Amino acid sequence: MNIQFRDRPEQASSVHAKTAIADCDIHPARATKTELYPFLARRWHEHLEIYDKHPYQGMMDGPPYPKAQPNASRRDAYPPEGGPQGSSLSFMQQQHLDPNNVVLGVLNPLATGQGIRNHELATAICSAINDWQIDKWTGKDSRLKGSIVVANEDGASAAAEIRKRAGDANFVQVLLLSRTVEPLGQRRYWPIYQAADEAGLPVGVHAFGFGGNPITASGWPSFYIEEMVGHSQCQQAVLSSLILEGVFERHPKLKMIMIEAGFGWAPSLAWRLDRNWQRLRSEVPHVKRPPSEYIRDHIWWTTQPMEDPERRDHLFDVIDWVGWDKLLFATDYPHWDFDEPSRVLPPGVSDANREAFYLNNAMKLYGLAGN
Amino acid sequence: MTSPVAGGVDCDLHPAVPHLTSLLPYLNDYWRDQVTTRGMTDLISQSYPPNSPISARPDWRPAQGKPGSSLADMQAQALAPFGVSYGICNPLFGVQMVFSEDMAVAFCRALNDWLAREWLDKDSRLRGSIVIPVQNIEKSVTEIERCAMDERFVQVLMLVMGDMPLGKRAYWPIYAAAERLGLPIGIHAGSAYHNPPTSVGWGSYHIEDYVAQAQAFQTQLTSLIVEGVFARHPNLKMVMLESGFTWLPSYLWRLHKFWRGIRMETPWVDRPPLEIVRSNIRFSLQPVDAPDDGKTLIRLLDHMQSDELLLFSSDYPHWQFDGDLALPEGISPELVRKIMIDNPYATYGRLKQTAIKETTP
Repeated sequence: MNIQFRDRPEQASSVHAKTAIADCDIHPARATKTELYPFLARRWHEHLEIYDKHPYQGMMDGPPYPKAQPNASRRDAYPPEGGPQGSSLSFMQQQHLDPNNVVLGVLNPLATGQGIRNHELATAICSAINDWQIDKWTGKDSRLKGSIVVANEDGASAAAEIRKRAGDANFVQVLLLSRTVEPLGQRRYWPIYQAADEAGLPVGVHAFGFGGNPITASGWPSFYIEEMVGHSQCQQAVLSSLILEGVFERHPKLKMIMIEAGFGWAPSLAWRLDRNWQRLRSEVPHVKRPPSEYIRDHIWWTTQPMEDPERRDHLFDVIDWVGWDKLLFATDYPHWDFDEPSRVLPPGVSDANREAFYLNNAMKLYGLAGN
Repeated sequence: MTSPVAGGVDCDLHPAVPHLTSLLPYLNDYWRDQVTTRGMTDLISQSYPPNSPISARPDWRPAQGKPGSSLADMQAQALAPFGVSYGICNPLFGVQMVFSEDMAVAFCRALNDWLAREWLDKDSRLRGSIVIPVQNIEKSVTEIERCAMDERFVQVLMLVMGDMPLGKRAYWPIYAAAERLGLPIGIHAGSAYHNPPTSVGWGSYHIEDYVAQAQAFQTQLTSLIVEGVFARHPNLKMVMLESGFTWLPSYLWRLHKFWRGIRMETPWVDRPPLEIVRSNIRFSLQPVDAPDDGKTLIRLLDHMQSDELLLFSSDYPHWQFDGDLALPEGISPELVRKIMIDNPYATYGRLKQTAIKETTP
């Protein structure tokens, strides 16, 4: 995984040989701290200069668990014109979109207005990020599609932002982060699902964020690896909450995507939920079907970081349980744990499943099939 | 139906303290006075509300009192039907929830003495776990050393959701004492409720808390492995109790992948996580979070790539299965023997396998 990406001559030459792929998790970055200012009211420029973001965590600058490398990104992904990795469209095209034949790239901006304690500021930054996505990315490269970033701790303003962007072809989903103040099935978040449902947009939940809660049920762990591995436990709590609060019962057409949190845990969580729902369903009478059915009908999974067992038959068992029609290929460009498209799936996969995995599931989910 | 073999070990039985006042004979004057004059209430954890369906199987629910509070019931409903030679008692009385470490010390001591007198003295098959006041490491070690003089205590018991991640160095004196005394550390489902039960706060429902126990086990396993507990204490065994185990393979794939990527952060982790689990970690059998078909479970057992990880448990009186179906469908007689006999005896050094020693003709 932690391989160094040196210049590889085959990148340029193999463009036409590679099959088309959808990359459902790309992280665009801002080249400078003030790049967002043109999209923000003046009062917020001053506010940010004086008070900065005031997030649900202690550090003013940078994450509390230091990443393994700067910006958690590939060392070879710095754009030649300067700025952090992922901040240049032309270099993203040259390093990733063109050589890997990405025909659909879904943008998931991080470090936005999410996880900010001042909800008014959060709302302003999220809206600015959405304008910025159109201005810098989706308006300039039609392969790229944006995510409607919303101030997820304030359901009403998040819903308003979704309604404002509904029908705008620059956006293909709503983006939430997984580490929130309360589990994402809770009532404060319901307006988000209502608005997304009305707009016919899937809701992606990307691993990460700050919600003020210790990230394990026994408090704060010590290491970055615990935070990283822990995203899959966090996402299990998120998915349990969504099901047990009846979100999918109220929104039978709502589709959700679990982004960058793995999918190997889905079957065992589904079985555990089912088993306990059989015993305890009188506590949650609004949950009318076995939880595994909601998962099967409503949840899609991005693949990176791809489950990587020693034996490929074990991987195929798990994918069979999750469903070949539910996986969305993702690289996580430009992050360090980038999954190289050509190496992700072992041999032994049918052409139909391979095409579904790399492209067709995403085109169908995002309503882009036939475009 | 998969039949049990005689001479096994039931590694997860829950004798219930009838009421906090049942511990009065085991408390000193000061704490006896505190309990009575302050009108302290019973220590029932909301991890297991007594009337919840998971807290007791319908046919194991007594006419009166808490499920699991009668020795005669335990003998008739768990020890006899599964033909075990030993049963390990893991009391889930909510002593970990109190915030005063002095009070916790007094209650743990009383609870361990209560277990020895009211249960271990009364049935020679029963063995005990030492419940410790984890908020105070020094007193925890003292309590381990005190109880360990009684050979019938075979492990130390901690809850999976506590004050700090279990790998944290502050806890290491507990692990050193356990390793020195030949006691595995049992980590049981349940919470001190000193932290929210999920990484995103408090859910709304009891079912949500119970499902979340499995995620807590996963984060604890990460903590124990990456902090280096088993590099320091290679002979220490830990047993995940009522944890579920079907999450283990995919969890390990993920942990292994990140360990390969960023092992420079924790260079003392000198073996792959999968190897550490194989040598140092065990899991109680119940609950089996898998479909009933048997076929899926066989695949999951293959994903685990070891037949030494599982230890037989009925989880009495909790409701994990019906009738005699303590062993899931589809597993071979060889694996039954491993789960019921070989693996528990290899884990619990203080259990003597005299009863079933095979004689050469």
